[in-house]
Amino acid sequence: MGTTEREAIRDAVERIADRMADEKEYLTDLDSAIGDADHGANMNRGFQAVREKIAEMDDASPDELVKTVGITLVSEVGGAAGPLYGGSFMTASAKLEDGITADSSVAFAEAFLNKVKDRGGASVGAKTMVDAITPAVHTYKKSIEEDDLEPAEALSKAVDACERGVNFTTPIRASKGRASYLGWRSVGHQDPGATSTLFILEAIRDTAVEYLGDGNLEADATSPTVPDGNEAGEERDETQEES
Amino acid sequence: MVGLVIVSHSERAADGIKEIAAEMAGDTQIEAVGGDGDGGIGTSATEIQDALDAISDGEAVVLVDLGSAVMNAELAIEMSATDAEIADAPVLEGAVNAAVSATSPKATLESVLEAANEAGEISKV
Repeated sequence: MGTTEREAIRDAVERIADRMADEKEYLTDLDSAIGDADHGANMNRGFQAVREKIAEMDDASPDELVKTVGITLVSEVGGAAGPLYGGSFMTASAKLEDGITADSSVAFAEAFLNKVKDRGGASVGAKTMVDAITPAVHTYKKSIEEDDLEPAEALSKAVDACERGVNFTTPIRASKGRASYLGWRSVGHQDPGATSTLFILEAIRDTAVEYLGDGNLEADATSPTVPDGNEAGEERDETQEES
Repeated sequence: MVGLVIVSHSERAADGIKEIAAEMAGDTQIEAVGGDGDGGIGTSATEIQDALDAISDGEAVVLVDLGSAVMNAELAIEMSATDAEIADAPVLEGAVNAAVSATSPKATLESVLEAANEAGEISKV
């Protein structure tokens, strides 16, 4: 039934909502330097609404929950962050129709990145959230598909890459978004959207570490539907939970 | 009949642009939507979706002002049943051009969109 996945998604949302409440002032300070000073308030309002919304969804599947995260962000977060985060969660949620697995999470991450790039028209180096999401997604994909890391460990690598991407936004000049109107005066300021991306990803990593173990997926063996001798491990198990 | 949806960061700006365009619009339906949904400056995909859904004939050209208005309009179009296109045009001039074009008995979504886009070529001085 995907109960574990549902709880994991809710826990991740709880962590993100708590983090946004804690960092509201910080994100707004970043945004007041190069934007319109509403990113902290917007992200906080959005994720508090998400927290309330999905707490009521007791029978939803993982993709339905994540889609609801997106729909709620679209209607609650203003500025560019609403359509970029919300619309991307909505679109990418389709990749989780068969549950959250190593493979589906890579597909989700790629779909999310592609939607952000399509919607916003930004590429790496424009001083936007794309600078944080791109290295994170590429690192996650490589860690899973080439380095055979467990998802929790791959997420830790992705967080490191994301953090480097956030730092990369500081010395460069904005060519997209509100900050681009400032031209060279945008140099020296960290991008708020890239920063909120890092906070979201850190919360997802912390949730994955708790549910899957740090590079050790035995936690999933608490599921009553795990068949014996399934060499595909965690991903197959969760797929079967869904079916 | 093709309708128009005017999207601005300011509700008053959207209403004002609608007022100007309506002078030339005949029976063309024009919906104005602006602000972040909470009385502030911004745009909201769900509010734009409501405006699109209010277009009675199911086809609309969307005129937008700045920045995230484009993204929210795109998202609103994806969520709405109304067949709509965003004009690559200055919002006021595009709205007036589109309104005039929409009064033609032969108007189509494409012809109204094209008329709106031509507003980008208008030289003022």
